[in-house]
Formats: sequence, structure tokens, C-alpha cells
Amino acid sequence: MSRVRVSQGRVSQGRTACFACLHAEWTKIRTQPGMFWLLAAVVALTAVVGAVTAAAVTCPAAGCGQDPAKVSLTGIELGQAVAAIIAILAVTGEYGTGMIRVTLAAVPRRGTVLAAKAVIVTGLVLGAGTVAVLASMLAGRLILPGRGLTPAHGYPPLGLAGPDLRAAAGSVLYLGLVALLALGLAVAIRDSAVAIGAVLGLLYLFPVIATALDPDWRRHLEQIGPMSAGLDIQSTTGLSSQPLSPWAGLGVLALWALGAMLLGGLVFRLRDA
Amino acid sequence: MTAVLHAEWTKFRTVRGWVIGLLLAAGVTMALGLGPSQSGSCNVSSCAPTVGPGGVAVTDSFYFVRRPLAGNGTITARVASLTGRLPAFTGHVRTNQATRAGLMPWSKAGIIIKASTRPGSAYAAMMVTGGHGVRLQDDYTGDIAGLAGGVSAASPRWLRLTRHGDTITGYDSANGTTWDRVGTVRLPALPATVQGGLFATSPQYASPMYGTSGADTAPTQDTAVLDRVRLAGGWAPGGWTGDDIGAPGGPAPGPASGFRQAAGAFTVTGSGDIAPVVTGATGVGTTIAQTLIGTFAGLIAIVVVAAMFMTAEYRRGLIRTTLVATPQRGRVLAGKAAVIGALTFVTGLASSAVVVVFGQRMLRASGVYVFPVTAVTEVRVIAGTAAVLALAAVLALALGTMLRRSATAVTAAIVVIVLPYMFCVAAPVLPLGAQNWLLRLTPAAAFAVQATLPQYHQVSDIYAAQAGYFPLAPWAGLAVLAAWTAAALALAAWLLRRRDA
Repeated sequence: MSRVRVSQGRVSQGRTACFACLHAEWTKIRTQPGMFWLLAAVVALTAVVGAVTAAAVTCPAAGCGQDPAKVSLTGIELGQAVAAIIAILAVTGEYGTGMIRVTLAAVPRRGTVLAAKAVIVTGLVLGAGTVAVLASMLAGRLILPGRGLTPAHGYPPLGLAGPDLRAAAGSVLYLGLVALLALGLAVAIRDSAVAIGAVLGLLYLFPVIATALDPDWRRHLEQIGPMSAGLDIQSTTGLSSQPLSPWAGLGVLALWALGAMLLGGLVFRLRDA
Repeated sequence: MTAVLHAEWTKFRTVRGWVIGLLLAAGVTMALGLGPSQSGSCNVSSCAPTVGPGGVAVTDSFYFVRRPLAGNGTITARVASLTGRLPAFTGHVRTNQATRAGLMPWSKAGIIIKASTRPGSAYAAMMVTGGHGVRLQDDYTGDIAGLAGGVSAASPRWLRLTRHGDTITGYDSANGTTWDRVGTVRLPALPATVQGGLFATSPQYASPMYGTSGADTAPTQDTAVLDRVRLAGGWAPGGWTGDDIGAPGGPAPGPASGFRQAAGAFTVTGSGDIAPVVTGATGVGTTIAQTLIGTFAGLIAIVVVAAMFMTAEYRRGLIRTTLVATPQRGRVLAGKAAVIGALTFVTGLASSAVVVVFGQRMLRASGVYVFPVTAVTEVRVIAGTAAVLALAAVLALALGTMLRRSATAVTAAIVVIVLPYMFCVAAPVLPLGAQNWLLRLTPAAAFAVQATLPQYHQVSDIYAAQAGYFPLAPWAGLAVLAAWTAAALALAAWLLRRRDA
């Protein structure tokens, strides 16, 4: 049945075919061993690290320099690693088993395959990310007042409005963009171990190098690095002292993701599977 | 066994990607260690820290109300109050220069006898502190506890210092009649004429900012009211002289340091510290571990190569040939571990020797103060870093043997080794308490071999791994990683023997 539908789709210029390949990608990722646990890990790691950080903050009566939204969403820094691994495995799993040749025999247009994969992976990560971010914000809302971040000290409870909403929604988008960045690089690299090393290296390297530099260089590096720039979206206080404004920071990450997807798409098109 | 080693070495060197990976690890470690890095102003305005009598770098900055003491003598004073100013926040925004009332735990004020007014000279002092009661401190690192509790009008503290030759004895009292000896300290080569009197000083404030690797720091200030000052012995007659010791252009917004004398009471205000220098949020300079920042990137490359050294055998089916050639499976694993361990150790040794030796010269040349270490410590840091890389590689190899799939093995290796290092040392975002637990339990504890500075309980600082302060001693930290590696290797050997290839 599906074979017939695919061939019909090809005749009618791709619309049905794209739904079919979305469905195929969904089936492949759904049946990949461990995928459920990886998605659960995004939620659990993000929320737990956020809650632990919130529980460790202190704010004496005279006030403190904390950013409640950023504190609550600290877990994203760990959750993003799992989101990246999900995206990488969605690609390299196919190369590891040789499944990619079947996939490309069924859908010869490589751009379509990559786009379908991107839609499914990003969708899954955005879904898990939404749960993770909501759990983190809830944990922050419950924990932070007990740590001295009370309205009396100038901290209204965390909510989903204004800058807090920007931080929360931006963090979900951040995870989606990290997944796209990882997906693009994984298509170019094809080996899961090397791809994981490269993507995590790329994400975490910039902040590490930045700490070793003098302030001018550090600021530039934090503007360029996909993680340090992208996480600017989480800031709700002290925006003027940040290297980039929240949305500009997320924009830098979006450029990285776009670049990685273009690179992946180009390599995918030019290279034998 | 030689044949196994030879076979494993051949397998390693014939895979171009792995050799490149290893070279990449060395290259990136050196590039980050020697690349464009911090620059300071030390070569412009010589900022080598003051050196104390014991040879340690010290901070010596306080307000000193003094007069000379020739020969032996005693000074007694009552501290009637100790108050201070700390940086203030309005809401969650730190208002520049705004202050609030409060003391640092190690805000200090009291009486002091000091070899001279030169910063770094020998001293002994009886003091009240913001949160640690009465203390007798000497020569920057000595610290003996006296009466507990804070100072207030209701419960003042009497302090006394007696000089006899080069020994100085400190006494305290809660009422001025019954005295307790807190301790006696010896200040070798104390000159005949010394400076003695009253002092006040208050150290830098630092509050960690979670979610970032930064800290909010600002100078603080304390003010002590001392009265009933009694002098006996060879004190010079005449009045008191006030001096801001140390720190030219140093700390202190807010009311200036100084002293007032009225109706037999002295009000002394000071800012700074009399203590060993620390690095980190409230301190200065950096340690040689700074040059090894690239170890992090090298580590990622090494765990990827080490995990694949085993998982590639499973992926290509080579494992069956390997096990036919060497049916003793433990030997195969031992051979692989020896080869990858030795290779990564040599790579790590070469790259860390280069960055430690040349990196610290470059840091100094660009004006950063790098805490000097002995040659033995330098060798320990270099060899220790190489050992960390080798043990991490063997751990990744064992994970590869257990999990057999490169993606899972590399992920597991990165999660247990690299991420704790990342979140605690390289770009810390976790709170300090969580960091210290991770650095006791996870393989990242091993980075303690890069620590070179002692922690001082009498200096408030954020003693974080990023600044080079680890919760475990260097070799204890390395032992944690070694234990992980041994356990993983044992489990891997058991699984390899038990499972079908």
C-alpha cells in the first residue's frame, strides 16, 4: 500500500511523498532503541539540574545579583547534550546499520530526506524541551522564594509572562536549534562517536576557552560561540552587561544551525551514501 | 603477551583517524594553552604580590594607627564595637557603589605589633573578627582562636599583646580583669624597634553568580572603636600616626580609611586584608593549571579514539578474528588497555609539558601573575595530567567493551568524565556545593592533580575548582579516577569473557 502511495506522490510533485517520508522518519526514530529514554533524559536532567541549582542559591535580606529565570533554567546546559545526541543518533544510526541505502532508495531526493529528518527530530526535541522547561520553571517557582528570592527582595515569583516567558520559550527554541546544529554536523560526519565528540566539543569549547581569555576576547568569543550566545536568551536581568541581547544571541545559534544544516545538506547531496 | 601488544599497536597505528585524533588531542591542548590568552598589567605596573616572611605571596593592606616600640613592651586595648559596610543590592540589581551595614566573617580589627610599615613584614596581631571571634594571627598564615562570639557594646573584648625579644604573646579577656593567654608566637629576626598600635581591615566581598562562571565582587570596609588603650615598656612618647598600609590605589569606595581620636577612644576604619594571597574570585593572578585549560578539548578527542579502539572491532567484526588469534580474552583487553594507555600518556605528557613550561612564560610575559610553584609540583602537574588522560582513555576503552556501540560508549565516557569537568572546572555553572560533591565522586575528581595552591580557612574566597581549589588532595583525586577505571576494566573483562563476541 505505502509503496503505491509513494509512487503516486512522486507523480504529484512530492506533497504526498513528503508526508510519507515524514511518516517513515517518524517510524525509524520511534523504533530506535533507547530513544524514549534519551527523550526522558532531556526532561529529567534539565529539571533536576535546574532544581538543584535553584536550591543552592542564597539571597540575603539585602539582595543579591541572581537572575531567577536563568538559575531555574541552568539544566538546559546539560539537557542540550542529550538533545544533540538524539539528533546525531537519528542520522548516524542509519549509517551504522546501512539503513541509509534503503532510505535513499525509497526517497532518492536527499533534500527531502534531510528535511523530513529535521522536522521529526526538531519536533521531538521541542516537545521534550517544552516539558523540561515547564518542569524547570515550576521547580524554580516553588524553590526560589524559599531561598530568599522573594517579592520583598525584588523578585516576583517566576511566571510565564514578560522576560520570564522569553527565557522559557527561548530555552525550548534553543534546544531545537542545538538539535538542528547536531543533525547537520552528523550528516556531514556520519560516524556517531566522532559526531558526538565534535558537537559537544563545539558547544562546550567556546565557554571553556572564553574563561582563559582577557575580557575583550572573551566578549567576542561569547558573542560567537553557539552555546554562550544562544543561552543569552535566558537572561532576564542585567541585559545591558551581556555580550548580546537575548534574541540576537539566539539568532547567532540559529546561524550556526543553518550553517550546519547547509553543510550537511551539501555533503549529503554530493557524497555517496 | 608481546604478540598481543604488537597486534594492538598495529591495529591502532593503521587507522589514520585514530592517529589523527591523538595528534588532534595534543594539538588542541597546546593551541589552547599557548593561544591568545589573558593579559594583565603586571609588566606595566609591577604587580608581583607582596611576599611574606615564609616566602608565600601575601596581601598586606590595612589601616594602621601606630607608634614605634623599642625593645620589650605591652599594648592593651578594649574593642567596644566593630561595624562595617558591605556592597548593597537594590532588588536584584547591584547599585554601583551603594553599601549596607554588615561585616565580612573575616573583617578584622584590633592591636598589632609589626616589624615595620613595609607591606609583607613580620607581624603578630590580636583581633576581633566579623564572624570568627577573637584570633591571634601572625606572619599571614598563623591563626589561633581565642574567645568566641562577636563584639558589641554589651560584650566588648579586651586584647593584649606582649613583646619579649622576638616572641609575642597574645591575651584576651571579656571583662578586663581575668585574662586568658591565647598563644605565643615567635617572629624570627624581629628588629629591636618595631611598630605597634591599632588596626582595622576588611577583605573583598564575593558572591557566586549561579548560572554563570562569574562572581560579584566588591571591596568592603570595617570600623572599630577601641578605647582604654594602655601602653607599657619601650613605646615612643608623643602622638599616634595613621597610615594606610599597602594597596596604593587599592580598594575602598565609601568613606575613606582613617582614624579619629576623641576622649580616649579611637575610631579606626580600614579595608583590605592581612592574609596569604589566594587566587579566584577575591584573589589575584592565576595558577599553572590555567595553561592546561585545553586538556578539556584533548580529553574529548582521546575518549572518542579510546572508545572506538574497542567498538570498531565489534562494528567491523574484527573482534572474532582477534579472539581466534588470542583466545584468552583478558589478555586482549589488557593489551588494548596497555597500548591506548601508553599512547595517551605519552601524548599527554608531551603536550602538558609544553603548555606548562611555555604557557606560564607566555602568561607572565603578557602581564598575568602566575603563582610560582616548585619544580616538583610542576612535574606532578604535568605527569598527573598525562595520567588523567591515560586513565580516562582506559576508562573509555572499558566502556566501549561493555557497551560495544561507539555512540553509547562515547556518550557514557563524555557524561562521566568530560561533563563533570565541564560543569565544575572549565565553565562552572553548578553551585559550589554540588561542584564539590561531583569532584569527589566522579572521574573528574582526578583534575585535582592540577591544583597547586593551599586553601586557607582564614581567607574568605570562593574556593572553586575553576580557580584551582579542589575538594580532594591531588593524588586522592587521581585515585578516584583510577578506582573508576579499575572497576570499569574489571566489569569489561568479565563481560568480555562471558558474552559471545
